[in-house]
Amino acid sequence: MATGVEDPSRAQVGTKTLRQDRWWLYPLQIGIILAFFVVYATVRIFMRDYYWADAEHYLTPLYSPCLSDSCVPGSAHLGTPLPELPFFIPLPFITFFVLAGFRGTCYYYRKAGYRSFFLAPAACAVPEPHKTYTGESKFPLNTLNYHRYFFYGALLFVLLNVYDGLLAFQGPDGGFGMGLGTLIMWVNIAMLFAYTLSCHACRHIVGGRLRSFSQHPMRYRYWTWVSRLNAKHGTYAMISLFTVILTDAYIMSVSAGWFDDPRFF
Amino acid sequence: MGYDLSMRLWRGDAEGGGLEDFTVEVSEGEVVLDAIHRVQATQAGDLAVRWNCKAGKCGSCSAEINGRPRLLCMTRLNDFEETDTITVTPLRAFPVIRDLVTDVSYNYEKAREVPAFAPTPPDADGKRRMMQVDVERGQEFRKCIECFLCQDTCHVIRDHEENKPAFAGPRFFLRYAELDMHPLDTNDRRKLAQDAAGIGMCNITKCCTEVCPEGIKITDNAIIPMKERVVDRSFDPLVWLGSKIRRRDPSDERTEVV
Repeated sequence: MATGVEDPSRAQVGTKTLRQDRWWLYPLQIGIILAFFVVYATVRIFMRDYYWADAEHYLTPLYSPCLSDSCVPGSAHLGTPLPELPFFIPLPFITFFVLAGFRGTCYYYRKAGYRSFFLAPAACAVPEPHKTYTGESKFPLNTLNYHRYFFYGALLFVLLNVYDGLLAFQGPDGGFGMGLGTLIMWVNIAMLFAYTLSCHACRHIVGGRLRSFSQHPMRYRYWTWVSRLNAKHGTYAMISLFTVILTDAYIMSVSAGWFDDPRFF
Repeated sequence: MGYDLSMRLWRGDAEGGGLEDFTVEVSEGEVVLDAIHRVQATQAGDLAVRWNCKAGKCGSCSAEINGRPRLLCMTRLNDFEETDTITVTPLRAFPVIRDLVTDVSYNYEKAREVPAFAPTPPDADGKRRMMQVDVERGQEFRKCIECFLCQDTCHVIRDHEENKPAFAGPRFFLRYAELDMHPLDTNDRRKLAQDAAGIGMCNITKCCTEVCPEGIKITDNAIIPMKERVVDRSFDPLVWLGSKIRRRDPSDERTEVV
């Protein structure tokens, strides 16, 4: 029996949607961007090359931290507690798990993914193609509720990126120096902070879970700060996606020798 | 300057119906509801349309204009080209009664399922007190005019009639959130929001926020905070452990309603 907008109790309009605007454009654009990032990141983490620019001390955020004996000399800032890894396990598999998990369970990316990949729905008031729907109430999608744990992990990894960024102030001669790559890395760090701290789970943890703001004035203040950032969470999510790609591509180019890093001092 | 507007209005009832063409003279500054009233006055006296305040505050004239859920009285004709045909249908998530009028009683049934505000005992002087900052938190939610456009656009029930018994919808998640954030309320509605209201079915695609004529950030300020509160209760072992050890979670002092 027909259901949804074609349910017999509802007005029979004869078409699934009467929307005349280009409602398909947004999910298409976002879908292409997300698919590109997934393909790019997958290729890069399996590439195992050009992730560390030795002279400039640049480590790409996709490989930070590099913890295996398979890491190239100099790139393992935290040592190598892990043994050599076979080719089918990416060197940064922990980083990938946490950061992909953070973005995959993020409320913004959930919206984008449901719209672009699952068409549930592709756009508002446009019928979805699925016969049944249980949303995030059943396994496996109810595991998206663990977003806050990925948030804790992602925050830790941004702090590691800060450490990498500080090391990038080391010049080729070993003294203090700064190149274009250092600047790119710090822009990326700023965007990653904006994205991570504007997270809905962060907003809840710092103060949103309270029932009385007046009894917790400091947490209320933190909540107002995060709320201000949170209003642009989707924007930061997309900008930081591009800055991660750009930073990685830049460091890959410098590491491979395709490009000389301009030095400021 | 007036012009002739082409309109297609859905006419019919539960037995059937379809779009009918009308051409009606309209004037600068008018809204879609004005045009429909003129059709009613000059060409189709029995056209059914629900309306009341004509100021975007009563929530009566909800319908779908060119496939998008909107208030008839707040949709200006100059949002469209003069040559455009404007198509108006009733809300497509609810049973049609006649023409542009639907039966929205589903929403009132869901409203009855939300346990009422249960305040703490008053202070010694017989009054209850709240700080301004706590009052302000719920103000956004009280802007809701119950037009049910958010309910209409929500795909959980719009595309799946079978979900209606198990899903309260965005308008009532707003209510759950408002009450759960109220410092004087003694009920803990988190389990109810998860089970009976089906908040887990919401996949936060933000259509409710997109269509809200009051500009309430339903998803960001009500649904996601409520989902996070459900996570506190049902998915976060650290919060659970903390509440058992130190009992600092204020919801521990509340009565869980199921």
